[in-house]
Amino acid sequence: MQGVVGGGAGAVSGGGGSSTSDASMSTVSKEDNPVLSSEDSSSCLDESELELGLGLSLGVGVGACKAQQGPRGGQYARILTAKDFPYVGSSTSASVSSSSSSSSSSSSSSLSRANVTAGTKRSADSVAAANGASQVVGWPPIRAYRMNSLVNQAKLPATEVFNSLIVKSRNSNPAVGKGTSNACVNANEKGQLRSSLFVKVNMDGIPIGRKVDLSSHRCYETLAQKLEDMFATSSTIMNSIRSGGEEHDMMVDAITPSKLLDGSSGFVLTYEDKEGDWMLVGDVPWGMFINSVRRLRIMRASEANGLAPRLEESNGGQRNKPI
Amino acid sequence: MPRMGYSFPEEVLEHVFSFIQSDEDRNAISEVCRSWHDIERWSRRRVFVGNCYAISPTMVIRRFPEVRSVKLKGKPHFADFNLVPEGWGGYVAPWISAMASAYPWLEEIRLKRMVITDESLELISKSFKNFKVLVLSSCEGFSTDGLAAIAANCRNLRELDLGESEVEDLSGHWLSRFPDNYTSMVSLNIACLGWEVSFSALERLVGRCPNLRTLRLNRAVPLDKLANLLCRAPQLVELGTGAYSSELRPDVFSNLSGAFSGCKELKSLSGFWDVVPGYLPAVYPICSKLKSLNLSYATIQSPELIKLVSQCQNLQRLWVLDYIEDAGLDALAASCKDLRELRVFPSDPFGQEPNVPLTEQGLVSVSEGCPKLQSVLYFCRQMSNAALMTIARNRPNMTRFRLCIIEPHTPDYLTLQPLDVGFGAIVEHCKDLRRLSLSGLLTDRVFEYIGTHAKKLEMLSVAFAGESDLGLHHILSGCDNLRKLEIRDCPFGDKALLANAAKLETMRSLWMSSCSVSFGACKLLGQKMPGLNVEVIDERGPPDLRPESCPIDKLYVYRTVSGPRFDMPGFVWTMAENPALRLS
Repeated sequence: MQGVVGGGAGAVSGGGGSSTSDASMSTVSKEDNPVLSSEDSSSCLDESELELGLGLSLGVGVGACKAQQGPRGGQYARILTAKDFPYVGSSTSASVSSSSSSSSSSSSSSLSRANVTAGTKRSADSVAAANGASQVVGWPPIRAYRMNSLVNQAKLPATEVFNSLIVKSRNSNPAVGKGTSNACVNANEKGQLRSSLFVKVNMDGIPIGRKVDLSSHRCYETLAQKLEDMFATSSTIMNSIRSGGEEHDMMVDAITPSKLLDGSSGFVLTYEDKEGDWMLVGDVPWGMFINSVRRLRIMRASEANGLAPRLEESNGGQRNKPI
Repeated sequence: MPRMGYSFPEEVLEHVFSFIQSDEDRNAISEVCRSWHDIERWSRRRVFVGNCYAISPTMVIRRFPEVRSVKLKGKPHFADFNLVPEGWGGYVAPWISAMASAYPWLEEIRLKRMVITDESLELISKSFKNFKVLVLSSCEGFSTDGLAAIAANCRNLRELDLGESEVEDLSGHWLSRFPDNYTSMVSLNIACLGWEVSFSALERLVGRCPNLRTLRLNRAVPLDKLANLLCRAPQLVELGTGAYSSELRPDVFSNLSGAFSGCKELKSLSGFWDVVPGYLPAVYPICSKLKSLNLSYATIQSPELIKLVSQCQNLQRLWVLDYIEDAGLDALAASCKDLRELRVFPSDPFGQEPNVPLTEQGLVSVSEGCPKLQSVLYFCRQMSNAALMTIARNRPNMTRFRLCIIEPHTPDYLTLQPLDVGFGAIVEHCKDLRRLSLSGLLTDRVFEYIGTHAKKLEMLSVAFAGESDLGLHHILSGCDNLRKLEIRDCPFGDKALLANAAKLETMRSLWMSSCSVSFGACKLLGQKMPGLNVEVIDERGPPDLRPESCPIDKLYVYRTVSGPRFDMPGFVWTMAENPALRLS
């Protein structure tokens, strides 16, 4: 294979010496930095080192990787050939157990993601191990806009009357046709997993909202945990949630009692339902919540006093779902 | 020999340059000599920035002071599929505020995948007296209040296209803000709006704009009101219906049919949500003139689709659901000899089993029957190398080929082999291929074919494919014209990325998610390549709390002349030369 190095830059900058001074060099050789590992880095680390987290495994990793790089150490910027890319083989190791490793934004436990180390086929295998395409975020690659339209229509209209009923009910309940990412209105039409259900989440005091995939959660606890993780990385306000003298390592504690749900944080988790009312999260069964939530808001507890407390008391007449 | 002053006067050169529209040509002109550079920059009226972070608004304004039309793109393409977390960026506000003072004569703003606020919309409406065109494609961050400002203040507006944007619907009355004496609308696309707009305002608007050519309604506009609208705008060239369903009533039908017949210029149809088949014949009178038909929201069965499509002999573009079935595609191939573009979307993307008889055969038929077919997007559940090779041989004029076999890693269903040779045939025969999306079971071999043959390829999308870094290396080292590369869930790691670092500066961007790129490699890339922004996107938390060899979640690398950006959220880190900038 001739001329495989670099893109349009042509010849490899020859000779030894440090590459740092040459900004136009065409290859960035990993030999410059022995800390970096090759594909077999997974052997440098194991799960226990990751759990201990922070810094400890760095040293071990370096040592092990250096040893592996021994035979080629010292060489610099040579033309790479096919030999440099060992054929890994089409192993179908399904050893990676986490089925959520490729659904990045919806995974609820950061630790299970971190455990999936640099295996070469980890994501692909996990998808193969999982129950088909429906579990993977963003696959098949269909825009949310199109997905919403698909979901909100009857798939194969039975009769014209049925269709006109759909149109009528939509006109009286425009939320169903809304162009946001509330995809899963009819959750179990075929008894199978539907597309993601992304809803917007805003937190008081933080200008930038986020989106969370509700379909990857089965209960309020994991959702609240996910939200705490999400907003903890970007604000100091969240620190007040974690105060009280407790040491929290976000990476290690996968399940802790949620402060968002029990109101001890100074914030409450609320949601806007289809009728446009703001309700406290946690009052209704999960399934009912999923079917009616439009978006979420992490509200300062001081502002939450006037919220509709219970489903039965407020919207009994308008709800068309049995309680 | 004395120097003869044979230079043209500036005015002449400027006049000549005014005939040159393409960016490539203008860039070439500007490199001839200093004076050409100056004349060209003062006369450039259109600017396209493919990545809003590749350059700063100030730099654009400084170089091109007299721009009238700006097109910007923000988020990476995979944002369409929820792979880019909310809050990543793509904010247009800095551009709008810079342009508000620098380009008072700006006429056109086109945005794709950007975040635009109501404040920005209001600023646009008040800053540009001659504002004519606003296109917001897959944008978000604004509400109908922003639209109201545009309607109220942009007296010369000609085009308002909301694309597939996410608009917060606060009120349908924004449409009434167009003043009564406003009559210049040429193109209005509100198809993405979820709630009703004020229908009477819409009717009056349509009625008083004699130049209206394009009208794309939203789903909330009921069918029995459509005839009225059409009668007020018989000059329409492009129409998107609202919901296409109503109780079957002869008077509604005949009104509709008559209204369609009256639209002698109609060439493009879309919409068709909730179709009641009984109303389809209303469009039959105009089928033979249609060039573009978007039935991708129409849940109608193959027989009706066949009846419709068979009458559209001049069709050039068809978007449809897989309800059309192989049989329908056969009919398409027989009737629509002028077809250039076909997109077939899945009606049941998450079903485990096929719900309709649509296979690779449909695509093969169309490739055989339609000699001008050059753009394909096809979702299906089975494929074979033989079919791909047939398609490739049939259609060497293919320029865009996107195949999505719904289940990842699906092999050739006949031989159970990977689909390497099939896609290899595509790139080998289709020498002008500019865009390619792969799917199915693929080894490194397919990338070798691509690197060897796909010399004109500009955009490549890869998912669940390949076996080792060799695959990525083939692409980066072989595809000379590659501009955008997006990869997800492939076993590509550090080696190929670092070995081809310089290539990345010749491309617009690279996206890699759920691959095996380590944090250490990202840091190295960021340090060594100052012309690139290397963004690590990881919602698990700061990557430097994990070992350097740990793979990161998502990587987005793009070339830039304006350095790292500063509007990143907490889960995005730019790897830069200066360690202080690295972790924000």
